[in-house]
Amino acid sequence: MIPQTWTFPLGGGAISDEFALTFARQREYRLLIVPALFDEANRMRRLTVEVMRRLDAAGIDSVLPDLPGCNDSLLPLASLAPVDWLDAMAVAARHFGATHVLGIRGGGLLTPAGLPCWHYAPVKGASVVRQMVRARILASREAGREENHDDLLAQARDEGAELAGYSLSADFIRQFESLAPQSESVSRIDQDMVGGSGLWLRAEPGESRAQADALAAILAIGMKA
Amino acid sequence: MSARTETDRLLRAILGDVLGLKTDQADGFTARTGLFGHLPELDSMAVAGLLTEMEDRLDIVIDDDEIDGELLESYGALLAFAEAKRTRE
Repeated sequence: MIPQTWTFPLGGGAISDEFALTFARQREYRLLIVPALFDEANRMRRLTVEVMRRLDAAGIDSVLPDLPGCNDSLLPLASLAPVDWLDAMAVAARHFGATHVLGIRGGGLLTPAGLPCWHYAPVKGASVVRQMVRARILASREAGREENHDDLLAQARDEGAELAGYSLSADFIRQFESLAPQSESVSRIDQDMVGGSGLWLRAEPGESRAQADALAAILAIGMKA
Repeated sequence: MSARTETDRLLRAILGDVLGLKTDQADGFTARTGLFGHLPELDSMAVAGLLTEMEDRLDIVIDDDEIDGELLESYGALLAFAEAKRTRE
């Protein structure tokens, strides 16, 4: 497993070096993984990397780029919109010569078109926002501040907001809410195919060898078919 | 062993998934088992996830205004809320 950088063009000639975890040995099959989003990214990272290890052992390259503004990225998230994330994932797919792509949970909203694609337990943008607004209301209530879902959402769409620790612009919220995973020419992997309960539900990041085995097997068989 | 309602069984399964418990651990929950404020891993993000999962699996809609500290205080309170929601909807 090697950390590598790739270049994300910001427009106006500016660039940002972004980080990716890779198992890249120029093999025939190369999978780009668009990670789960926000809080779920932390809870799903261990499983994601365990799947990459298994694919490596099966002779398949894989790459897990950071979404600009998240994880180790130096870009401020509040300066970005989902369209930037879509561009970034398309750039990463080209940079690493991906032959296939997997989107995990909300990552399924950002998978580049034109490559054979899987979505693992995909979720709509609006559901992600709803849950983040709910988390903010709960945290505020604990701190003795009352907030209301509709008002907070309206404010987020107008001015942007900090939700669950993430600073999101108004453009971000508005675009992101309208995103839904494509179903055309995408193979969907539901949790019952993987077994057990989804690790994104866990209050604390967990892991599951059995789930990593199952996901890697589904992907390896699909890629080599 | 007394018969559990469907809501009770589903709610235990959801809590088990959120807390990463083995089946028999969630089975041991009583009405008085403490939740929010008693289990450090149940922070606001985890509770938001728990409520969303309850909506999906119990086929209910939870208004954020309905969520207060008492509701999440104990397993019994959460179950009573879920039972009442499912009867109404």
